[in-house]
Amino acid sequence: MNYLTTLMLLPILGAVLIALLPKSQGLFAKYAALVTTILVAVLTVVMAREFIRDSTDLQFVESYDWIKSFGIKFAVGIDGIALVLILMSVILTPIVILAGWNESEGGRWSVKTFYILILILEAMVIGVFAASDVFLFYVFFEAMLIPVYFLIGGYGSGARTAAAVKFLIYSLFGGLLMLASIIGLYVISGQQGDHTFDLQTLSTLQISSTTQNLLFLGFFIAFAIKAPLFPFHTWLPDAAAAGTPGTSVLLLGILDKVGTFGMIRYCLTLFPDATKTFTPVIIVFSVISILYGAFLAIGARDIKRLIAYTSISHFGFITLGIFAMTTQGHSGATLYMFNHGFSTAALFLVAGWMISRRGSSTISDFGGLQRITPVMAWSFFLAGMSSLALPGLSSFVSEFLVLVGTYTRYPAAAIIATFGIVLAALYILIPVQKALHGPTSPGNENLSDLNLREKIAIAPVMAAIVFLGFYPAPLLNVINPIAQHTIAQLGFTDPVPTNGGK
Amino acid sequence: MNSANYLYLSALLFTLGAVGVVVRRNAIVVFMCIELMLNAANLSFVTFSRINGNLDGQVVAFFTMVVAACEVVIGLAIIVTIYRSRRSASVDDASLLKR
Amino acid sequence: MFNTNSLVYLIGLPLFGATFLLLAGRKVDKWGHILATVLSGSAFIVGVDQFFQMANRAPEDRAITQVLFSWINVGTFNVDAALLLDQLSICFVLLITGVGTLIHIYSIAYMSHDENRRRFFAYLNLFIAAMLLLVLGNSYLNLYVGWEGVGLASYLLIGFWNQKPAYATASKKAFIANRVGDMGLSLAIMIAFATLGTVSFAGVAEKSHTASQGALTAIGIMLLVAATGKSAQFPLQAWLGDAMAGPTPVSALIHAATMVTAGVYLIVRSNFIFDAAPTAQLLVVIIGAITLMFGAIIGTAKDDIKKALAASTMSQIGYMVLASGLGPVGYAFAIMHLLTHGFFKAGMFLGAGSVMHGMDDEVNMRKFGGIRLFMPITFVTFGLGYLAILGVPPFAGFYSKDKIIETAFYSGGIKGILIGSVALLGAGITAFYMSRLMILTFMGTPRYTEDKNPHESSFLILLPMAILAIGSVASGFLLSHGNALVNWLSPLFEMTEETENEIMPPIVISSLALVFVAAGFALAWKMYARSAVSNTAPTDVSIFTKAARRDLFQDDFNEAVFMRPGQLLTKTLVSTDELLVDGTVRGIGKAAIGSGNLLRTTQTGFVRSYAALILIGAISLIAAIWVVTQ
Repeated sequence: MNYLTTLMLLPILGAVLIALLPKSQGLFAKYAALVTTILVAVLTVVMAREFIRDSTDLQFVESYDWIKSFGIKFAVGIDGIALVLILMSVILTPIVILAGWNESEGGRWSVKTFYILILILEAMVIGVFAASDVFLFYVFFEAMLIPVYFLIGGYGSGARTAAAVKFLIYSLFGGLLMLASIIGLYVISGQQGDHTFDLQTLSTLQISSTTQNLLFLGFFIAFAIKAPLFPFHTWLPDAAAAGTPGTSVLLLGILDKVGTFGMIRYCLTLFPDATKTFTPVIIVFSVISILYGAFLAIGARDIKRLIAYTSISHFGFITLGIFAMTTQGHSGATLYMFNHGFSTAALFLVAGWMISRRGSSTISDFGGLQRITPVMAWSFFLAGMSSLALPGLSSFVSEFLVLVGTYTRYPAAAIIATFGIVLAALYILIPVQKALHGPTSPGNENLSDLNLREKIAIAPVMAAIVFLGFYPAPLLNVINPIAQHTIAQLGFTDPVPTNGGK
Repeated sequence: MNSANYLYLSALLFTLGAVGVVVRRNAIVVFMCIELMLNAANLSFVTFSRINGNLDGQVVAFFTMVVAACEVVIGLAIIVTIYRSRRSASVDDASLLKR
Repeated sequence: MFNTNSLVYLIGLPLFGATFLLLAGRKVDKWGHILATVLSGSAFIVGVDQFFQMANRAPEDRAITQVLFSWINVGTFNVDAALLLDQLSICFVLLITGVGTLIHIYSIAYMSHDENRRRFFAYLNLFIAAMLLLVLGNSYLNLYVGWEGVGLASYLLIGFWNQKPAYATASKKAFIANRVGDMGLSLAIMIAFATLGTVSFAGVAEKSHTASQGALTAIGIMLLVAATGKSAQFPLQAWLGDAMAGPTPVSALIHAATMVTAGVYLIVRSNFIFDAAPTAQLLVVIIGAITLMFGAIIGTAKDDIKKALAASTMSQIGYMVLASGLGPVGYAFAIMHLLTHGFFKAGMFLGAGSVMHGMDDEVNMRKFGGIRLFMPITFVTFGLGYLAILGVPPFAGFYSKDKIIETAFYSGGIKGILIGSVALLGAGITAFYMSRLMILTFMGTPRYTEDKNPHESSFLILLPMAILAIGSVASGFLLSHGNALVNWLSPLFEMTEETENEIMPPIVISSLALVFVAAGFALAWKMYARSAVSNTAPTDVSIFTKAARRDLFQDDFNEAVFMRPGQLLTKTLVSTDELLVDGTVRGIGKAAIGSGNLLRTTQTGFVRSYAALILIGAISLIAAIWVVTQ
């Protein structure tokens, strides 16, 4: 069965179905979108069961000619990393739809448009993780922006248009640099054989170091913007704050992962030498991101912006793990991507419910929620604990792996990054204290607790956070082989215990 | 007869048309001047066709005529619509494009 | 009854209780606390069973390990979720579940009027589970999970009444101070993995012989940082006083008997590292000695009964840390003091809770006085704990604290005399502040207002206090009878042949300690029993008293050195981000818009001008071509 194509077509089909509905059928559109995304999730799980864990080759490979004269193919295939990220995306999407059941109302366009956009986005996201043709990847990478642009600009709040435009232009700028690099690769492939965009073939090219550095930068900056890494991060808080909570979950939880995924899949495989050249710089920027994002989160007054800043800090950890070039760092980074998706989703969804009930996203407007809405407060607290990587919750495993993996090669970076765990306690506990603890402040007395739909939406996320904290093996077993393979491909071996130089 | 004379005539017609487009305000007149320029070009094409002894120029002239016909249809429609809404066919009045 | 693989029940029972009570919600309010108590009690029974099984085995077979599953397995980083029960952890298991269960029972009555009693018991069970995981984990990473778990439980319990902003702040402060310590633990684990390639206790112990001194010292210092955070040792001690915001049973269980002693457990557990890293070991002693004095000095000036006890806890843990820094001879005594302290300090905290219960939650000792008449049982149980902490023979503290002072003196050279003297002086100060507390609260004449109606507490409150009081009396003798605890624990430590440094015979040291204690008591008696005590704190006091009242400026220091610069840094970064980083981005956007506006002026909107421009363009193009081709 052609799983990957089916997975991409299914949401598109759903989108077409919804598009054919009359405008008044908003509720039906919601159910249709929910059912479609659940189907996609189920199908992905079925696919995951057929995945051969120990293989480092691309699996479920499909390849069709697309534009033959340029050697462009519609070629897809996934490895462990892509599988994990696709799983994360397709599980989060129905949760987002269910959690933000009413987000689609009151937007600039109709309810059904919202779900069409979400479904298209889901298809694009699967495509971007699955693509094994660089040009195809680029197409998905850019096309993915369009639904998000409309989701933010059409259904968001506050300065939504400005935020949407900033997001779009920033991302397009990165995409442009990447396109230049892709064309460069294409030309070089023509010089050394047939013109092609095939990832596997491109990774065998012999490229001079200067060219490789330039091409690497083209890709890396695009991904650093997407991830986002300091100093390319300023679009994220604006976009996350302006979008609906559901959109922001898709943005922070899924879309941003394309950046870090791209670093692994494209920067590392295509330009091994350039990777080594730039690693020290990237490590420095990762560490800066960790601390910088954390400090900004501490200083944030708006809860959505706060979560966005925490993500910048977390993405610092992910890039740190990727470029530490150890198995632990690499596996940890991939696991971090998955876990961050869930913990941020939990945090953002609960924050979204808090905001929609209170009518404000300023942290100091809340107060004493633990007494009024205990379930909501607990959900927020648990999500926050996951965000600060409390041992026993999923993020801890990944964060610790990243730190341990980094320490074996770059002790100084790991030590500085470890300060991030103290800052994490601050940026989570400050809003927890302000919003959940203390006396009930005016305006919060009549807030209602989570209803059944919201509880159903948040429960699987929480369950995943706790379960994977104690038993990350199902994911690690999928990630480890490919992580080891990637490191080995780059010519690195894990540092052996030094015994402290004795 | 010297074929060059046709070319001189064509250049003259083209210049007349161009000057007309630039100096006249009435949209209909501007439009006619554009037609004049197109036909001047056609004349050149046909002339070159004769000079070179092949049919390429004539073929292109036919293309131009078709394009001109389409242009007349759309152009006139636009002008009429503008005239209806603004009660004026002056091209200077319809300067909304800058905003 | 249970096979050797029943370790998982130890953690599982209370963990189930916590999860169940939190998820079940208000429906189980009526009986939730009973379930929690039963589960905690069951864990105690499992622990006792394990203890007897262990005692029946030969010393070398006593430790058992149960591997649950492979937790994290990446490359060479392999960590199992595995439990290790050995002679050291069983001591803790019994202490945690035993004292824990007593405090559960106490809390049934103590919290009976609180509408969130079920939640309180859920947190208590969570704490028991996490603490058991802490002492049962077989690797540093497993320990870490419990380590932060107890931090979380402590945070939740300190902030149990978090509707009061000060209490919410106290809980946050505790969590963050603990996180600083956790950072140390993280780094210790990272260094251990990078240098030794393993993070399990057994693995590190084995490799510690081959590792370099530098690496071991680094690990040791980082572990010490972790210990200072969790055990409220200098310089991370500031959170403990504020942690008294939590309900009193919490102070007794977490902030006196068990959690705060986790640092001592960590150091003793890591004996193989500290034995091989003398510098780190010396630092342990120094930190212990500083905290011992620090806590004792603060204790002398506190009027809040719970804060005085908290200062005392800090000081007593200082003793334990000091002992654990003295090497193999000190470990057992550190643990012994930890156990006896668990009894008498928990007992006293519960006593303080009983007093507060009878006095409408008043905590200011200056507003007590003569309460012994109304609360005889509380008085007696508290008094037994008091005698124990003073180190009066034959009460528990005499056996444990005297041994620490003795070992300190015998550790050799100037260092021995120095830390021995500090420990001795600390004992004197302890006697002073504890006598002060005792006199102000129970002796003398009443200083409370008319509306207070002191009365003895109910049976459920008194029972745990009575049992703990028995422990305060007997535990010291039992643990040291025939060197029971030392022999029990000795297989775990690598005993080295000690060069005898008996600078004076033990009996002299014991007598000296008693003299110091008597002096401390006499001073307290003179100041608080023989002269009138005001019910408000006098203001015309010496600078030393003022300093002690302000906790020796610990908060002012943290505020000035960490908090304010941190806030400034945050503010600076926020505006940098806004103005510089985002400013650049917006600047580029503005530049694009500006240049667009500039170019737009050529677009007049007049069709004829466009036509003219096209014409000019075409002509210039043709001209250019003509010029070039000429």
